[in-house]
Amino acid sequence: MDILSRIPQLLVYGVISGSILSLGGIGVSLTYSILGFSNFAYGDVMALGAYIALGLFTLFVSWSIPNIPLGPLSFGFGFILAAIFAIGLTAVAVVLIDRILFKRLRHYSSVILMMSSIGVALALRNILQFFWGPQPHYYIERIQIATVIPGLGIRIKPDQVFIVLVTIVLVVLVHAFLKYTKMGKAMRATADNNALARVTGINTNRVIVWTWVIGGALAATAGILAGIENKFITPELGWQMLLSIFAAVVLGGIGNPYGAIVGGMVIGIAEEVSTAFIPTGYKPAVAFIIMILMLLVKPTGLLGKRR
Amino acid sequence: MDTLIGIINYVVFFAITAGTYGVLALGLNIQWGYTGLFNIGIAGFYAVGAYAAALVSGPPPSVWDGRICGGFELPFIVGLLAAAIVCGIIAFLIGIPTLRLRSDYLAIATIGIAETIRLVLKNESWLTNGVWGLQQIPSPFYDPIHGGIREFLSNNPDLPGWIHGLFSKAYNWFYLFLVLAILFVLYLIVERLVHSPWGRVLKAIREDEDAVAMSGKNTFSFKLQALVLGAMIMGIGGGLYAYYARFISPASFKPLYGTFLVWVMLILGGSGNNRGAILGSFVVWGIWAGTDFLTGYFPFSATQAASLRVIIIGVLLEVILLWRPQGLLQRERKPSKTL
Repeated sequence: MDILSRIPQLLVYGVISGSILSLGGIGVSLTYSILGFSNFAYGDVMALGAYIALGLFTLFVSWSIPNIPLGPLSFGFGFILAAIFAIGLTAVAVVLIDRILFKRLRHYSSVILMMSSIGVALALRNILQFFWGPQPHYYIERIQIATVIPGLGIRIKPDQVFIVLVTIVLVVLVHAFLKYTKMGKAMRATADNNALARVTGINTNRVIVWTWVIGGALAATAGILAGIENKFITPELGWQMLLSIFAAVVLGGIGNPYGAIVGGMVIGIAEEVSTAFIPTGYKPAVAFIIMILMLLVKPTGLLGKRR
Repeated sequence: MDTLIGIINYVVFFAITAGTYGVLALGLNIQWGYTGLFNIGIAGFYAVGAYAAALVSGPPPSVWDGRICGGFELPFIVGLLAAAIVCGIIAFLIGIPTLRLRSDYLAIATIGIAETIRLVLKNESWLTNGVWGLQQIPSPFYDPIHGGIREFLSNNPDLPGWIHGLFSKAYNWFYLFLVLAILFVLYLIVERLVHSPWGRVLKAIREDEDAVAMSGKNTFSFKLQALVLGAMIMGIGGGLYAYYARFISPASFKPLYGTFLVWVMLILGGSGNNRGAILGSFVVWGIWAGTDFLTGYFPFSATQAASLRVIIIGVLLEVILLWRPQGLLQRERKPSKTL
């Protein structure tokens, strides 16, 4: 099979992995714009969410909560339930980490927060590794046959359609939240000018809690979706995607959630299409090189404001 | 007696590693402690330094090797210089797009370069021999020293056993001396530099970059110099590791752990204080090695024990940041001796 004929298929894969990167990117971008630091623990929060979902699902199975199949999807209702609880629990965990740590470090420069987030990243990953071990855990055990879209010859699985649909729904929800709710407006105001937001009576502490809740929930969702796509999870799951997520965020314009969506898609597609030309192992390097090129051309990113 | 000899040999081994980390911490201190540059790609520079030294000093490719170049069998000092130069070039290239921007960009870019370096080491077998790594890197003066001791001991078999036990690893004493001597020389150089007018500009950039730019200094150029110099020192640290380990492979350079340990060393010791950087590397390496013994007493598997050690270091970092952000040794208050 020659290279060019593979490209349509790789584009589809790119959109799927781009969806996961976009969700992660929105979370990173939101926390960056409100709290002013790049959260290096984000990838490991994704892994945390994925593992909590796995743990809950195992628990539900042992409680014999019925795992009713959901049409062509390879997972059932029980898994969705576990995922929803895991998303909530991850959000709580992230708020707790903020309370214990980031809140007390907030008066230092953003670099100290970044440093601290690396400590959190390693601690989280190793806590997962301590309890679950470094070996991969099967996430979805059922094998799913890809459907071939007639005419185009593109193969796609129902699970992958699910991933893209969940992403679209969440992106619309986040957009509606930021655009139309009072808290969303407060968040945008805080991101724009923290001091001014406080002067106008916005409770920035509540804004920060909401930012963490949304960021944590999006991270957990991205982690769970990555688990569904890969069929297995390891404690390194999030860390392996973090560089691509950061590249997506920088590409779209750091601190801009809409840019993160564009960036996520571009990076996802570029990484997948690159596998037609260079070894698969270099995927993270492709993201990195695109990011460096963007920094050289326009450091504020595709959708970033000019300074 | 045997336990004592065992302890002495362990202490020497411990100090060689801690001294190598001390070199890395000194390099990071120029970047972070004095200039405020957030480099989290230390493991990448460390690995490049080690590979550069190994390729310059190691044997040419054997028939089993996947690599087709390198192996010039040049002396130790040439290898260390090569390590420093290659790391300096990489830092220069990474500094150009990122140092005009917020510190977040440098952080992301350095972690990206470290990851890219890891992928290159693993995949580009023609240069690095892939996952099999580089072997038979010659330790400096290994044959005369080790061979001489060996010959002396075999000529005097009637000497007591403990002398045999003690001296059989005497090469390590020499290497320790070498590492400490290089660490000391680097310390003197860095001390001299940071107390020069050049170093005062770096400290001023750390405190308030805009003010320095206002007074007519090209802050970008100074930051780039600090980044390159720090990376060169890190490269020397990598070279010191390669010559001691004699075998390196991509698995020797865990992507984030190396970086993270060096950061904890510097922050615990006291960033912006060169003595603090060295002190921190010995203390943290002591804690790291100590947890190895400690976790042995609990019924954990090897991977669990390894995870637990990283968790302990992570918690240690957060504790320092929360309660003693200045570290053990504070930075000097006075920007210059004449003030």
